[in-house]
Amino acid sequence: MSVLTAHNVTHYFDGLAAVSEFSLNIEPYELVGIIGPNGAGKTTIFNLITGVYKATRGNILFGEIEIVGKTPSQITSLGIARTFQNIRLFKELTVLDNVRIAHYAMVRYNPIEALLHVGRFQKEEEAIIGHSMDLLAFLKLDTYADELSKNLPYGLQRRLEIARALATRPKLLLLDEPAAGMNPNEVTQLMEFIQWIRKEFNLTILLIEHQMHLVMNICERLLVLDFGETIAEGEPREIQNNPRVLEVYLGEVQC
Amino acid sequence: MPALLVFVFVLSLVVQQFELLDPYIQLIIMYVGINIILTLSLNLINGYMGEFSVGHAGFMAIGAYVASFLTVKVFPADMAAWLFPLAVIAGGAAAGVIGLVVAFPSFKTRGDYLAIVTLAFGMIVKSVIENIDALGGPRGFLGMEKLSTLPWVFFWVLLSVWVIRNLIYSNFGRGVLSIREDEIASDLMSVNTNHVKVLAFTVSSFFAGVAGALFAHLLQFINPRAFDIIKSTDILIMVYLGGIGSIAGSVIGATVYTVLLEVLRPMGIWRMVFMPLVLVLLMIFRPKGIMGLREFRWFVPVRDLFASRLWREKRVGT
Repeated sequence: MSVLTAHNVTHYFDGLAAVSEFSLNIEPYELVGIIGPNGAGKTTIFNLITGVYKATRGNILFGEIEIVGKTPSQITSLGIARTFQNIRLFKELTVLDNVRIAHYAMVRYNPIEALLHVGRFQKEEEAIIGHSMDLLAFLKLDTYADELSKNLPYGLQRRLEIARALATRPKLLLLDEPAAGMNPNEVTQLMEFIQWIRKEFNLTILLIEHQMHLVMNICERLLVLDFGETIAEGEPREIQNNPRVLEVYLGEVQC
Repeated sequence: MPALLVFVFVLSLVVQQFELLDPYIQLIIMYVGINIILTLSLNLINGYMGEFSVGHAGFMAIGAYVASFLTVKVFPADMAAWLFPLAVIAGGAAAGVIGLVVAFPSFKTRGDYLAIVTLAFGMIVKSVIENIDALGGPRGFLGMEKLSTLPWVFFWVLLSVWVIRNLIYSNFGRGVLSIREDEIASDLMSVNTNHVKVLAFTVSSFFAGVAGALFAHLLQFINPRAFDIIKSTDILIMVYLGGIGSIAGSVIGATVYTVLLEVLRPMGIWRMVFMPLVLVLLMIFRPKGIMGLREFRWFVPVRDLFASRLWREKRVGT
């Protein structure tokens, strides 16, 4: 059964079609990339999947559950987590708190227990600290646990965003330009890192990226978007030689 | 720490019983206490959650009027002193229920726009009370006994500090903080922001109502004008003076502002020139207030204060 099925999803911003007739089918454990020029609607697709925008038309199924119309927190609780193009950490909070916040949906104690610190509160809070620190240690961030997240170097902030997303226990992880602002060396490390977390957490991954080096090497399938429309889909090698893609990226072929 | 608190509580009882302190000093201490509760409760919304509420005196008014109505008109006169805690709780609960309703506009609006909503709320409360004859209308309401005493004020200050600390250092409190930092990211990290807002507004207005009830039974006279925008501004000043997102800051802000206003009383009308000047200077040199986003250690639960260290020790142990 597919992890995610988008069927003819269309989204308008005041009459302007940001995404039109978008369809996508992702199988378990697949690593799919979305590429396209700026303004092609890539991030809009992430916002539609995660519930930040509600699709004007079309369906998006996560497993067998329709997620169009659900709130972002509901969708995240079902098992879709994401990172952001421009890092959106909780800047004034510690690294540990950033990850702890992502455990929100796992808490079973009620507000009264929280206000009085009684009942299930103690045990669950300790479990959350345990999980968060274990996860940070796994991603080699535990030494920074008490730092404010805004004080981390850029590369570690990116990694913390992934850690925070993983803390929600996703089945599907959406990465929005994970390599933005990285040098070639760091990109190579990032590729290994993405493949490693996919294996360790048994993830299905959908990613947006501009760095061709990255997408061509790790994605098993690519989608190319231009002005909200899917203009090509297939294995990286096929995409590289697709005339329409070349046109979009390099300008019209003149002979 | 608990021993110290018990000691202060007993001290407040003794002082009350044997009138060891000048009644005027006692009055100031009680004002400080009430202002601490108000500042904490507004800090939860403006400081920790990063919203901007300017109608907090409205919640205070609801607490004050509900509690006063109960002790004067409903409870039998000879029992009023015994039933006073009940009246305070009822005042807080009434304000809490209204706070829950005010939370709903905050789902869609924030920042300046939510400020307008809360401003309107404050105005509504004031004019509704002015038009209820049973509450004395614009003339005000009196007949309360002086039931707010040092031990009671101390008790309620302690309770509000404890409960708000507990809330902040819980799952919901982290939700409150994440709304301040980035509401969209918070929602996308599975935080049910609507639930968190309802809880924060309810708890905050409950304590504002409690403060109102204590205030009414200290002054023994209330009128709608006492709870207008000026009062809300006073609370805002104490929050930003002490520092946003800090319990220690709330305590310091409320204490410094209340005491300073009293100390400067001989300055007469110049007091109201001097105080704002102090605030302007403070905002220039310490824009985050005295304790902005920082906390004294003893307001942080041990589990949170040493979270990473305890985890490391446990890991080494196994």
